[in-house]
Amino acid sequence: MKKIYTRPASMKDAHFHYCPGCGHGIINRLITEVIDEMGLRGKAICVAPAGCGMLVYNYFDIDTLESAHGRGAAVATGIKRVRPDNLVFSYQGDGDLAAIGTAEGFHAANRGELITVIFVNNGVYGMTGGQMAPTTLRQQVTTTTPSGRNPVSAGHPVRVCEVFSVLDGTSYLERVAVNSPSGIRKTKKAIAKAFEHQLNRTGFSLVEILSPCPTSWKMSPIEAFRWIDDVMVKQFPLGVIKEIKC
Amino acid sequence: MKRLMSGNAALGEAAILSGCTCYFGYPITPQNELTEYMAKRMPEAGGVFIQSESEIAAINMVLGASVAGARAMTSSSSPGISLKQEGISYLAADELPAVIVNMVRGGPGMGNISPAQSDYLQATRGGGHGDYRTIVLAPSSVQELADIVPVAFDLADAYRNPVIILGDGMLGQMMEPVDFSNIKKIKDYPKDYILTGADNRPSRMVRSLLFDTKEEEEHNWKLYRKFQRIENSEVRFETFLIDDAEIVVVAYGIAARIAKGAIKRLRQDNIRAGLLRPITLWPFPSKKIKEIAKYITDFFVFEMSTGQMIDDVRLALEGKGHISFYGRPGGVIPTPIELARIVSRHYFQTQKVRKQ
Ligand SMILES: Cc1ncc(C[n+]2csc(CCOP(=O)(O)OP(=O)(O)O)c2C)c(N)n1
Ligand code: SF4
Ligand SMILES: [Mg+2]
Repeated sequence: MKKIYTRPASMKDAHFHYCPGCGHGIINRLITEVIDEMGLRGKAICVAPAGCGMLVYNYFDIDTLESAHGRGAAVATGIKRVRPDNLVFSYQGDGDLAAIGTAEGFHAANRGELITVIFVNNGVYGMTGGQMAPTTLRQQVTTTTPSGRNPVSAGHPVRVCEVFSVLDGTSYLERVAVNSPSGIRKTKKAIAKAFEHQLNRTGFSLVEILSPCPTSWKMSPIEAFRWIDDVMVKQFPLGVIKEIKC
Repeated sequence: MKRLMSGNAALGEAAILSGCTCYFGYPITPQNELTEYMAKRMPEAGGVFIQSESEIAAINMVLGASVAGARAMTSSSSPGISLKQEGISYLAADELPAVIVNMVRGGPGMGNISPAQSDYLQATRGGGHGDYRTIVLAPSSVQELADIVPVAFDLADAYRNPVIILGDGMLGQMMEPVDFSNIKKIKDYPKDYILTGADNRPSRMVRSLLFDTKEEEEHNWKLYRKFQRIENSEVRFETFLIDDAEIVVVAYGIAARIAKGAIKRLRQDNIRAGLLRPITLWPFPSKKIKEIAKYITDFFVFEMSTGQMIDDVRLALEGKGHISFYGRPGGVIPTPIELARIVSRHYFQTQKVRKQ
């Protein structure tokens, strides 16, 4: 019998701790599929965040370091400068990259560090219980915006790809979503493309992935998947935001 | 051959000779000469130099370089060292080697850019969150600064722990002749924990998150046992004229240098003073102090702060002996004459008391 679907070699035989319907598990799997298909298991080094993606080292069967909250891009910079021939990527949430780690992400991008950031945008702080993130939509209810995010006092949702796109060090920025089979296929392609940019030394690459967090959004998985299409993409339009030929 | 160099530049050269291949820094006075020296020398030596966006970024780049297997260093002065504490805590938790230089300036807050010793407690008590210690080395001349850099890197690698070189603005900025020929061939430390890509070997992970409290407790005890080993074998100090002394001045770093000048003057006045200079501030030479206390009871602590190391002297003495203190905080540099005057007044007062 022909095996047509199996666990990627770069993925450990472990149970995900993610909630049902969470996007992290899909993204974890896609990353390891790409690493396998590009033959990068022996080269890849991952920097894990503080956030629901923290435990990726329990799932990725590649060398992984867990960084302090938000410092992933700086840590990845240190690793990559020592090991320029490795594939170095950080895995970061929206709180991690766009709030506490803004400076580290922004300046790694601006220096054109040859690293890739896998940026999981779920519009909330999943790990700490669903508080407001920099990417939380206007009027969106979270545990720290109980009557909805009021931009007058709490600011506006940050478009990370667009902000980074004006930095000359960036070479590939794409926003995708893992809420549909076609979106999942596009996400996989985008991750592969970002890794290519890194390996070709073109510049800093980042894939922003709109990812459902049914638990914090207080929705069923199906509702959460729909909400991305119906509401989230209006603030965070999908597509390639920047691409320099590599 | 000796070269005339500032302490900061000498430190940079010594680091490169000690096999440091990565330096990350953010400008702050009084340590800019080191960052500038590395900006020029690191690329010449084939290493990595980044002027980071902040001290937080710099220490995390150090962490990344260290986990990738390199000898990495960062430097700053007091306010910047506060920002590095997060990263230092992670380095200790992850058991990663690194060398961190603090050219201390007057504080708290922005303070000023003059030499001070006000970061002693921060340096010797861990500094960041959690149950950990850093090895703290306090040289007192430009030559000793250069000599201690390879020691710092070796200790960091041997114990897989961050090491702090605690200087001050004066040590960093003054120029003295320095000889680098003491720096021998770099020792090789096998590093089976570094991340290189899981090529034909099982994957590795480096982390500090241990949800299981039993695991976290065991990790803490493991670190503790390491710190005990360091306390047992890595204490360094210098003594000066203590064999016949009636009073022992305890001072470190540049203050110890001032104290030596003062002691020479006191000796001319037939006051038998001596010096104990801790070189490792952690681990602290407590045993040596206890030993001295068997035959000398008069201890005089001198610091360029309101008194921080004095706590360690007190702990070492366990109530024995008598401790006096003279401190000049805020970036003020006291002179040997000034200190000699203070010690001599103290000496005659205690003599009077003894006679009564
Ligand atoms: C310095 C510091 N501050 C706060 C925290 C607590 N913390 C852990 S994860 C997190 C937010 C994670 O949100 P995000 O990056 O969006 O990731 P998600 O869990 O949503 O995937 C916070 C605030 C921490 N670990 N460290
Ligand atoms: S809280 Fe949200 S992001 Fe975290 S595991 Fe659950 S669904 Fe996923
Ligand atoms: Mg999030």
